[in-house]
Amino acid sequence: MSTLTVGSRSVALDKDGYLQDLGDWSRDVAHALAAQEDLELSPEHWEVLELLRQFYQEFQLSPATRPLIKYTALKLGPEKGNSLHLNRLFKGTPAKLAAKLAGLPKPTNCI
Amino acid sequence: MKRHRSPIGSSALGAIEMAKSLLIISRQAPWSGPGAREALDIALAGGAFDLPLGVLFLDDGVFQLQAAQQPGQLQQKNLAANLQALPMFGVDELFVSSVSLAERGMDAGNLSLAAQPLDEAELSALVDRYDQVITL
Repeated sequence: MSTLTVGSRSVALDKDGYLQDLGDWSRDVAHALAAQEDLELSPEHWEVLELLRQFYQEFQLSPATRPLIKYTALKLGPEKGNSLHLNRLFKGTPAKLAAKLAGLPKPTNCI
Repeated sequence: MKRHRSPIGSSALGAIEMAKSLLIISRQAPWSGPGAREALDIALAGGAFDLPLGVLFLDDGVFQLQAAQQPGQLQQKNLAANLQALPMFGVDELFVSSVSLAERGMDAGNLSLAAQPLDEAELSALVDRYDQVITL
């Protein structure tokens, strides 16, 4: 377990670097989590993060890779909802990394 | 005999066609024990890996499809919301026993998930269609 410092705030992370408390999430927290992964968030990243938060709202779980691709294709179209695009944005592990940055729990059905 | 179609292209098809099809029969009420949750977890895991599978809600399992539940009061994960994710995980073959529904005064037209109602004869045909069956 560790903590992430965001401005004057300190946010608790679990052993895999996911937020302990999903309520701690904010855009600043997402930027700080991304910085830890050497990632600069672009508008293309943000639209996926927002989609993931919407997915979690709807289904109360974090998607594995296939459902993430399917959901993204459904909401943003097939040119965004494909593994190439998502792998490029999230360093080859979109389900895990994007869930982390979106403040969701670690997906359970992912290798 | 009807075989399960694969939703993806030819490259990965070899492995998938060899995968055995699996029917998960979910027979427990949502909050009576871990059975309903475990059945769903198997379905989600199998779907994530593109296994050909179906889910049948039978006996008290049909209570999982009751609309407007308030699981938050039990401080458990929301099974009903999780169930909605099945089609996203590629699990589109969802069935419910119309006899089980009728016995519990439930209406097939008012379920939280679009499951196809089947009568007794259709149920045995369904079970025959799958290579493997798990009951929880």
